[in-house]
Amino acid sequence: MKRIEAVNNFVVKFANVNGSGSASANELFAKSFLRMGIPVSPRNIFPSNIQGLPTWYEVRVTGRGYLGRRGGVDLMVAMNPQTWNDDLKEIDPGGYLFYDDTKPLPRSRFRDDIHVIGMPLTQICNSAYTDARERQLFKNIIYVGALSALMDIEPDAIEQLIGEQYRGKEKLLKPNVNAFHMGRSYAAEHLQGQLGLKARRADNVGDKIFIDGNSAAALGCVYGGASVCAWYPITPSSSLAEAFQRYCAKLRVDPVTGKNKFAVVQAEDELASIGIVVGAGWNGARAFTATSGPGISLMQEFIGLAYFAEIPVTVIDVQRGGPSTGMPTRTQQADILCCAYASHGDTRHVLLLPEDPYECFEMSAAALDLADRLQTPVFVMTDLDIGMNQRLCRPFAWDEGQVYDRGKVITEAELEAGKEFGRYLDVDGDGITYRTYPGTHPTRGSYFTRGTTKDRFARYSEAGPDYVDNMQRLLRKFETAKQLVPQPVVRAARLKTKLGVIHYGSTSPAMAEALDALDEQGLMIDTLRLRAFPFSDTVADFVAEHEQVFVVEQNRDAQLRSLLVNELNVDPARLMPILHYDGTPITARFIIREIAERMRLLNVQPLKKGKAA
Amino acid sequence: MTYIAKPKLHHPTLPANKIGYTRRDYEGKVSTLCAGCGHDSISAAIIQACWELDIEPHRLAKLSGIGCSSKTPDYFLGNSHGFNSVHGRMPSVATGANLANRDLIYLGVSGDGDSASIGLGQFAHVMRRGVNMTYIVENNGVYGLTKGQFSATADQGSKSKRGAINSDSPIDLVSLALQLGATFVARSFSGDKQQLVPLVKAALVHRGAAFIDVVSPCVAFNNHPGSTKSYDYVREHNEAVNRLDFWPSREAITLDHAGDGLIEVPQPDGTLLRLRKLHPAYDPIDRVKALNHIGEHQAKGEVVTGLLFVDPRAGDLHEHLNTVELPLNRLGAKELCPGSAVLEKINASLR
Repeated sequence: MKRIEAVNNFVVKFANVNGSGSASANELFAKSFLRMGIPVSPRNIFPSNIQGLPTWYEVRVTGRGYLGRRGGVDLMVAMNPQTWNDDLKEIDPGGYLFYDDTKPLPRSRFRDDIHVIGMPLTQICNSAYTDARERQLFKNIIYVGALSALMDIEPDAIEQLIGEQYRGKEKLLKPNVNAFHMGRSYAAEHLQGQLGLKARRADNVGDKIFIDGNSAAALGCVYGGASVCAWYPITPSSSLAEAFQRYCAKLRVDPVTGKNKFAVVQAEDELASIGIVVGAGWNGARAFTATSGPGISLMQEFIGLAYFAEIPVTVIDVQRGGPSTGMPTRTQQADILCCAYASHGDTRHVLLLPEDPYECFEMSAAALDLADRLQTPVFVMTDLDIGMNQRLCRPFAWDEGQVYDRGKVITEAELEAGKEFGRYLDVDGDGITYRTYPGTHPTRGSYFTRGTTKDRFARYSEAGPDYVDNMQRLLRKFETAKQLVPQPVVRAARLKTKLGVIHYGSTSPAMAEALDALDEQGLMIDTLRLRAFPFSDTVADFVAEHEQVFVVEQNRDAQLRSLLVNELNVDPARLMPILHYDGTPITARFIIREIAERMRLLNVQPLKKGKAA
Repeated sequence: MTYIAKPKLHHPTLPANKIGYTRRDYEGKVSTLCAGCGHDSISAAIIQACWELDIEPHRLAKLSGIGCSSKTPDYFLGNSHGFNSVHGRMPSVATGANLANRDLIYLGVSGDGDSASIGLGQFAHVMRRGVNMTYIVENNGVYGLTKGQFSATADQGSKSKRGAINSDSPIDLVSLALQLGATFVARSFSGDKQQLVPLVKAALVHRGAAFIDVVSPCVAFNNHPGSTKSYDYVREHNEAVNRLDFWPSREAITLDHAGDGLIEVPQPDGTLLRLRKLHPAYDPIDRVKALNHIGEHQAKGEVVTGLLFVDPRAGDLHEHLNTVELPLNRLGAKELCPGSAVLEKINASLR
């Protein structure tokens, strides 16, 4: 029988029961590779449930640093009888099954083309512990110990991690280390040589950091100067607002007075959370909300008002499968159109598209600047895959002395000096007008904020020409936004090609891996990673320069492709959708297969190996 | 009455308040509401209250939702920033505005449709959160701009101008505000300026969520016999519990006729609220008794008006959130950004 042999390059999947304490043990396992200088990319696949339903943790060990989901499983750690049959099916032929063999199972419950590693976990726990909770919790650490021995993971790495986790909690530290070694010695004694997946110390992690996108975005809001956060709990965005609160409690409390330089309000619903953000933005504080698709739906009316009344608003949308009773714990990129054109009336909004936690940090901070500069809602379109999974990424960076761009705000002194003020008067020709904060000057600069029934001086007007004048200026402003938003990243293939790919967000790591593989197959394709809407001219040029462009995204309706067709006026036939939307993160294998298949249909001949050099 | 232009010249003998402003300095654009609308009387009361309180007009922000009442902030305090926001959602906008700058005075103006129908949720939560603001509902039991539909405060059995009978039971915003934890709750009548002006003043000075329900008859759609929100009905059934005879502020208080039934309520900011009781059994600092009193009179078809409840120890949202004294909108990168050295440490902890 075939046996998968791999060093620093394999996928381990843990099948557990939610609430059984497996999460921290599995994370320990994942992090131990990082400590050995080997990149990993773990993903939680979890139910909308607190206790009892199946949950999975997939760890991709990737010496080459491919952080996307690969697809396939080399080792299944099957700890949940409920999902046994499906879990077994997922293992690649020649792969491994690790399971608790305390209770023997008939041969029919296994597969012939996989290698089975049994360990009597329950029996070991029952003889070592009397407390039911301990038996449950330590079982997880014991299997991590066993796997570490089978894979040659350095025990020091794990011991160090346990030490960090239980720093100051000596009572918990020792039993965990003991359980870890219990598993290790059992495997060393009984399971030697049964697993062909090995870890070998490397130096491929460098100065990278390991963090989830929601925490990164929250930290970006702290650095970007958000002082008001209003939110309503919704998976997968809740941990973002909670992280903001946590970071602020550490970093934003005045050391002298003990008072908070921030305000976080858990609102009664998303209508209120966006309303609070609108009110704070109108009044000159940097404010944001974090939500997901259903929340965006509820916020629509306010988003439109903020667009027309020109109020800075930052919305972080951690996308998930829709609708409200949809797949709250599964990932998608399905809110693109609903955010780009959010609300009634003629609206168009700025979207930022981060690819990983590093960009979640960077773009959340940038969104606060852009919202102030453009006086409009700005959306940071992250998703569950980035938001709720820890991901290896570049360390966060911040220029010391970096100031916030508060945009065009007229001060009391300027008003006093007689500077002309028309709230909707385009003085600079860029479509962006000047504003005043309430309470600035006793007799000058006040205005009445409303939607569209106004003239350039914010006086009430229902006159058609005033309306059109304002709407045209808003278009000019959107044109200005093109230059201010993060620009796309273009990567040229090794050789000239007529084919291109456009992708964005969490598709990025799987795409990077797919491109390497396609290149190895001699398939040349240029890529453009979008980082924002409105699209800069580079995007139109990229489409124009290629005969056929694939648009890879994670939704059913090819939403970004629609946006490209609509905004750039390109022939839809030139943009070919490649769609992945089953709720799991897109994989490199999927992209490779789909692109290669389409290239075959387009009759693209792969370059010969020698020729491609 | 839009066609009458306001005279630009002020009468030279108009009296000025302590900060040198005349009443005209607190006015806004000419009202576009119907002649005789109760709402215009409320705007006049707001103007009078702000003038008497010596409020600098630009230090007050006016916010509203959608509807006839929500249009009124354009008709008073023309030198204040105003925000005509989303139907039923003024409370959240006011909450955010208040969080951004705790130094301004916030006045929210809403209607019964805006607050009791579409906006009941936000009304409830702004009260329980204790946002430091004055929240006035101009309550006429009817939708004006969309021409005469019932709102959620319309009495059961009341008859619309077109003859339709309202079968839904009404929401009493005053009782609701009391249950939800509002720390200043009053009710008045747009036709009773004597009562309304001191109540608005007291509400503006109160720290915390101050709610005034002002019955304000709609002359176009709800002022006919059969309506429980008409001028005649309210005049006949008004049952005032007290009268705010005095609203002296931080200075020494001299009383001309301190006598029976006078209650003094000290406020957190050092001011003193003086109430003249009209109803001997009424205790305005007891939330439960206030609720009972309102309920008992409601059962008799009487509209209880006056200062119904005030919490002398009220706090506000900023106190609950322990925010810094300096308004959040005045904090810059120096105060808000932890800096690159701290970021390096955070990076190190993530390896």
